[in-house]
Amino acid sequence: MAITKDDVKYVSTLARIQMNDKELEAFTGQLDTILEYMKKLNELNTDKVKPSSNILDVKNVQRQDELNTPSLTNKEALAEGPDTEGEFFKVPKVID
Amino acid sequence: MEYEAVIGLEVHVQLNTKTKIFCDCSTKFGNPPNTNVCPVCMGMPGVLPVLNREVLHKAIIAGLALNCEISAYSKFDRKQYFYPDLPKNYQVSQFDLPIALNGYLNINIEGRQKKIGITRLHMEEDAGKLIHEEGAGSKSSFVDFNRTGVPLAEIVSEPDLSTPQEAYIYLNILKNRLRYVKVSDCNMEEGSLRCDANVSIRPKGVKELGTKAEVKNMNSFKAVEKAIEYEIRRQIKAVKDKEKIVQETRLWDADKEITISMRSKEEAHDYRYFPEPDLVPMEADKKWIEELRKDLPEMPDIKAKRYMDEYKLPQADADLLTSEQDIALFYEECIKHYDNYKTIANWIMGELNQYLNKKKLLITELSKLTSENFVKLVKLVDSGVITGKSGKEIAADVIEKGVDPEKITEEKGLKQVSDESEIESIVDEVIKENPEAVENYKKGKTTVVGFLVGQVMKKSQGKANPQVVNKLFKDKL
Ligand SMILES: [Zn+2]
Repeated sequence: MAITKDDVKYVSTLARIQMNDKELEAFTGQLDTILEYMKKLNELNTDKVKPSSNILDVKNVQRQDELNTPSLTNKEALAEGPDTEGEFFKVPKVID
Repeated sequence: MEYEAVIGLEVHVQLNTKTKIFCDCSTKFGNPPNTNVCPVCMGMPGVLPVLNREVLHKAIIAGLALNCEISAYSKFDRKQYFYPDLPKNYQVSQFDLPIALNGYLNINIEGRQKKIGITRLHMEEDAGKLIHEEGAGSKSSFVDFNRTGVPLAEIVSEPDLSTPQEAYIYLNILKNRLRYVKVSDCNMEEGSLRCDANVSIRPKGVKELGTKAEVKNMNSFKAVEKAIEYEIRRQIKAVKDKEKIVQETRLWDADKEITISMRSKEEAHDYRYFPEPDLVPMEADKKWIEELRKDLPEMPDIKAKRYMDEYKLPQADADLLTSEQDIALFYEECIKHYDNYKTIANWIMGELNQYLNKKKLLITELSKLTSENFVKLVKLVDSGVITGKSGKEIAADVIEKGVDPEKITEEKGLKQVSDESEIESIVDEVIKENPEAVENYKKGKTTVVGFLVGQVMKKSQGKANPQVVNKLFKDKL
């Protein structure tokens, strides 16, 4: 077993994904199969390989500190929001 | 039992750049809500963030200013959590490979020096701003993403601080250094510097750390000092009352001057950091870093110590003069012309500072002020050519209009009169006009001499040398 039902439950809570018991069972099985398969990589000898954090062989990509691309207008910015009021996005109150 | 506190500080400063950390949006404060935003900083799918070189530049300078090692290899990571002010549901930050590590600051406390370690400095993006609907039964909060993606440097200290006062001194040195190297305004009221404090206590002599509380929501260094002071008292009392101290976040209430537990329903912090795949790693350009290191100015705390050693200034003067770099540089210009270090310091801390405060100006905004004229003014008073009172009167013209104090002294006829024969006639006049005061003086009420001297000063339009006037009265009465 590469992953347990409790692990999946915990991760789903963190990710705000609700699952019923049937789904939990199914996803645990599927994730376990995937992770077991990926374990194959552990068989490789990586003693001489430097750790990497990026798959591209690129580094130090930066832009100048200049206002080249204009920002959105307030109307454009709010257009994709599910709920807005005035110039703001509107969300359920987060403190009590 | 005696307890000691263990304090670590987490400081966030805004790196002052024109644009945000990963997009071209402006960082300008005070623009209408949700107008400094674009698909990148609002976390739309499919966008490509690119690091602002100036952020990296300023983060490296900040690291150098805090005596840190700059990492040869550094990267960004995603810190995952849900909160409405965070549009992507993760914050781009740095986890295991921050840009700068292992720094320190030396603080001076009651004459002895203490080294405070700096664990790390890393770059990250700020979150947005939430405005909560007021009133009972209100159900909504409003989000402004203008701040989202504004560049920050987070500076984490080692738990080396033991008193609220040490924390206060550490913060001042940190702020002054970052202002000297011009990477941040470090203005707590405007939100360009924020500070959280980790506080725990332990019995004196014990090595292990106690359970810590994280104290937030302080809006000035004094508030940080007070909040830590309160928190230490609270924890000691809790331990003495056999209560358990829990690891938690507490908010400082500035009105009640207490910390309050944030009993939040949030789950355990599990940020699941992983490398940000959209941003490529940074490899240090050693030559560039060495150039930046060479360009660092003399740091304010080092400068203050030099002022005390070389110019024999008291610590309070040295701290005050060096807290603003441009004031310190002006002081250094002035003492090139005149080596009465303390007198020059007094005039800068007195007349010049008062003028700047009154007009709400920075010294750099005084385009006509020159060190030559300022020193001339100090010398005129110091050598007794004009009275201190006349000096103060013409100070504003010297500071603001750049007038030559020698010239204005001539023009206005301000030269102090010290010649006894010239002053004598006025003294005689005053004696004649104030028989009552003279009578009182003769009866032994010598304090009236002050009044009499004042009368002479008035008649002489402030030019008579007060010491000479004093002497004449004493001789005559
Ligand atoms: Zn943007």
